[in-house]
Amino acid sequence: MKCQVCGVADASVHVKEVQNEQVTELHLCQKCAREKGYHSMLDQSKQALASQFVWMAENLFPEADAEMGQIQCAECGLKYSDLVQTGRLGCPLCYVHLEPQLKQIVRRVHGAVRHIGKAPGREGEVFEHRRHIQKLHEELARAIEREEYERAAAIRDELRSLDRHAGEEESEEA
Amino acid sequence: MSARAGDEAASRRHKETEMKLPVAEMLQASGKWFAQEGPLGDAILSTRVRLARNLSGHRFPTRALPEEQERLLTRAEQQLLPRIEEFSGARLHRVDGLSLLERHLLLERHLISHDLIGEGSGRAVLFAPDEAISVMVNEEDHFRLQALRAGFQLDACHAAASHVDDQLESYVEYAFSDNFGYLTACPTNVGTAMRASVLVHLPGLVLTKRVKKVISGISQVGFTVRGFYGEGTDVLGNFFQISNQVTLGEKESQILLNLERIVHQVLEYEERARDVLVKDAAAQVEDKVMRALGVLRHAQLLTSEEMIGLMSAVRLGTSLGLAGLPPAHTLSEILLFGQSAHLQAQAGGELGSAQRNARRAEFVRERLLETSSATGNQAPGQGARRDRNDE
Ligand SMILES: [Zn+2]
Ligand SMILES: [Zn+2]
Repeated sequence: MKCQVCGVADASVHVKEVQNEQVTELHLCQKCAREKGYHSMLDQSKQALASQFVWMAENLFPEADAEMGQIQCAECGLKYSDLVQTGRLGCPLCYVHLEPQLKQIVRRVHGAVRHIGKAPGREGEVFEHRRHIQKLHEELARAIEREEYERAAAIRDELRSLDRHAGEEESEEA
Repeated sequence: MSARAGDEAASRRHKETEMKLPVAEMLQASGKWFAQEGPLGDAILSTRVRLARNLSGHRFPTRALPEEQERLLTRAEQQLLPRIEEFSGARLHRVDGLSLLERHLLLERHLISHDLIGEGSGRAVLFAPDEAISVMVNEEDHFRLQALRAGFQLDACHAAASHVDDQLESYVEYAFSDNFGYLTACPTNVGTAMRASVLVHLPGLVLTKRVKKVISGISQVGFTVRGFYGEGTDVLGNFFQISNQVTLGEKESQILLNLERIVHQVLEYEERARDVLVKDAAAQVEDKVMRALGVLRHAQLLTSEEMIGLMSAVRLGTSLGLAGLPPAHTLSEILLFGQSAHLQAQAGGELGSAQRNARRAEFVRERLLETSSATGNQAPGQGARRDRNDE
């Protein structure tokens, strides 16, 4: 959404204002908001924060940033400079293709780079699956070390069968 | 007079048939979440928890083509949302099929965002009859699940939104990554993608000129405070929305707990500010409250801003336990139904500002009359001060 005053910058300050007995919503950019007197800390909306943080990074090293601005998501074509301009990503894979840049932004906004909350069950199953395979590989190594060849063969069989299963569901596990 | 009333009724009937929303049903307060008396309801109007969810393999709405957004909406409408138990029997409303008045009605009801009011493809809203649970489709993210409750109910809101999330998740593959969590169009929402907010009434801190300090303190510890401005620099109705800014790196339960602590702290400051007011200026405070009530009971024209300001004063009186005042949830309801889109929906169509102000005044007079005759002359239920039990 563009600023309702200048029409150029993105609106990042949203205020309710009363004009002619009607409460209207105002959407302004930081600069226009400041000029209109809405400069209080009350207006620190999340968008303002994000674009502010991105903007800071953008102006610190202009040449490097110009280069960085061209980095692109291979899936949806979004450029880093688009993110700087709009504060919005184009698709879920932007998080993969622009990962280093996003890590910086996420660290600045949230003070962390690793999610530790709720996760979808399906993803949970994949985690579980990966953990299980890892454990089997460790057991296999131990069995070989102790020369327990029968046990090692059994583990290999289990790993192979898991592999076939995973292959059907296009897993990255080798 | 009666001819005019007849014309109005006719035009209203006519216009109602053009409305796509169940307006008559929406204008009934009973059974809605906001008609409840919530915990700490005099100081806290409402609690909201919103979860952003996107589908893997689909571009975010802001970058998707109109036909992609339409396809996603069709899938949501036909295959996903009808299977969610909270929405059984509810109808999905396409935003582009709604009049501007209907969109503003949804906005005043907190069921859609500013962003959803404007033009865009494949955008829709679906809400349960009590409006406590709703979902926006193709806003900034594919799905925005929202739970609303009266008073202070962070955990209940989160549980309600999460329950819808669990059901939706079983039918789709969410965009999720090990590091970033739930992936969202804006990196400020990524991680838990959860935004919890609490709408608090802080007249004591405003009147004693301490609110700015409190707000800057809150901002420094990772929470956002938004005020709603009226003319000049006064915050409209002394209402503030406190919400979490951080969505990644902490569990949902921790974020909610931190917000809960912050809100309790703010309420404690508010309580102390009210103590100062009562100690130093009891007569002035009571005078302010009763004058506000007098104006609301007798005014013939009321602007929205005036109504909000006066209602805030009456609410302060209710919080302080002054006798003969309406309960907080009635005040919240008047505040909601006295807004412009509500008044116009009630009238069946758009009104000029003079008509709105007359209708608003009439509506407020009638509602206050109803409550005063309902409570009669009995002493108010609560003591001079309310208890503050932490649930
Ligand atoms: Zn501007
Ligand atoms: Zn992308």
